[in-house]
Amino acid sequence: MDNAKPIVSIRGLAKTYAGGHQALKGIDLDIREGEILALLGPNGAGKTTLISLICGLVSPSAGTVTVAGHDIIKDYRKTRELIGLVPQELTLGAFEKVGNTVLFSRGLYGKAPNAAFIDDLLAELSLSDKKDNMVQQLSGGMKRRVLIAKALSHEPRVLFLDEPTAGVDVELRKDMWAIVERLRQSGVTIILTTHYIEEAEEIADRVGVISGGELLELEDKSTLMAKLGKKQLVIELKNAVDTVPEQLSEYGLELSANGSKLTYTFDARQERTGMTALLTSLSQAGLAVKDLNTSQSSLEDIFVDIVKADA
Amino acid sequence: MNTEAVKAIYRAEMRRTRNTLLQSIATPVISTALYFVVFGSAIGSRIQSVNDVPYGAFIVPGLMMLSILTQSISNASFGIFFPKFTGTIYEVMSAPISFLEILLGYVGAAATKSMILGVLILITATFFVDLRIAHPFWMLSFFLLTCISFSLFGFIIGLWADNFEKLQLIPSLVITPLVFLGGSFYSIDMLPEFWQKVSLFNPVLYLISGFRWSFFEVSDVSMGFSLAMILLFLLTCIVVVGVMFRTGYKLKP
Repeated sequence: MDNAKPIVSIRGLAKTYAGGHQALKGIDLDIREGEILALLGPNGAGKTTLISLICGLVSPSAGTVTVAGHDIIKDYRKTRELIGLVPQELTLGAFEKVGNTVLFSRGLYGKAPNAAFIDDLLAELSLSDKKDNMVQQLSGGMKRRVLIAKALSHEPRVLFLDEPTAGVDVELRKDMWAIVERLRQSGVTIILTTHYIEEAEEIADRVGVISGGELLELEDKSTLMAKLGKKQLVIELKNAVDTVPEQLSEYGLELSANGSKLTYTFDARQERTGMTALLTSLSQAGLAVKDLNTSQSSLEDIFVDIVKADA
Repeated sequence: MNTEAVKAIYRAEMRRTRNTLLQSIATPVISTALYFVVFGSAIGSRIQSVNDVPYGAFIVPGLMMLSILTQSISNASFGIFFPKFTGTIYEVMSAPISFLEILLGYVGAAATKSMILGVLILITATFFVDLRIAHPFWMLSFFLLTCISFSLFGFIIGLWADNFEKLQLIPSLVITPLVFLGGSFYSIDMLPEFWQKVSLFNPVLYLISGFRWSFFEVSDVSMGFSLAMILLFLLTCIVVVGVMFRTGYKLKP
């Protein structure tokens, strides 16, 4: 996977807006062809600015971006043809029919109308019966589907989904992941931004963490979780205690469930996890163990850790 | 050249006109008919003729100009302002399309609408007055040049405006007075000498004058000068739009 040539290559990309706000502070990033990359970050982290720069909506202050080897400014026609964008906001002209607005998008990208393709696309997004409806009559979820149809109307090779599931119902989310999966199988590269970590966890191959205009982490999802994953050992006691005994203070245990549960947090990366020592100490302290349970931290916890450490 | 994109924008804009047919076409035609009734018949019946042209006919070129100018500006400015306002402009800005192509799509559609409108007004006018067009070629040239250059001007306003008030500001505070004071309804000979001089600073006067000459061979200023003025205006608009696009003015942060 590491040898795969990047479809999008970003070097030293920075953006300072006219008001002086520095949205991106020199991003280096290679996006591999055919992967699903999730960009995680809090609001205002610079995720949308990054996407906007690649798509040509914002001019960079410094740095370069190439898509399939073409510079996004010098060869903008070549790069933009390859890119589809689903924006975060539900931005749709109100007075247009669904079918027309999707055809319009296809035309903008220089593709001749292809009624059969558009019909299939609308069907896949459960929009067939809405083809002649005015966009303004649609619900929020339906509008989101139209935006996806528009972004896919010119058969892009790279698809950007900016916060794709904000305000989306379960059904659409399911449909959307089905489409993402189908696109991935056809070789389309997908970059999505989100602050729903489950989303990244569910579908991404790699996860990048952006905060304060910087790319803090970029790892294969599993590596990231292994690298930074904390594990927790939950110890259920036979008899509840009021306080954590003095001789166990070095383990930083947390007491919960009315004194019947002790939680020990340790770093899964360490060779010595301290678990054996803890269990020995427990018996020395005279605490009888009823049950043991370990759990790995989720991406969410990892993400919070990274962003906090940077703050 | 991304001709599909130009076609897509052009078609979408023309579709917008069809959807708002009443507002885009019927309103100006009705208001023009009203001008004919009020100025042409009611008041015009008391004015025998201006420079040997019956008053009812005399005002036709002015009325056409009045509508073409205001409608070109409002069509083109709204055409680009609305996507900016709703945010749908993102799609145009991220598409593999050059500024020239964007311009061709939007301004082309706005100019087309003005042409349709101008023709409709001309047809409406024939119901009220006898018309002759002395120089059809020049009439058409002035007509087309005005539609295109003022659509371009409207496009600039649409780019510049960041709210609805600004969108209306120039059409209502600048263009309408200039058209009314540019001899739509009179010859500047009819003004006191001082105001004749002032009128010469009104660029719209040259448009109307040249356009009227192509109908009746009477004009306030020479036809060549009129043509030069409209070409100068067109050139200025092209330069301004060029600069706006090059710098990404209000479109690309």
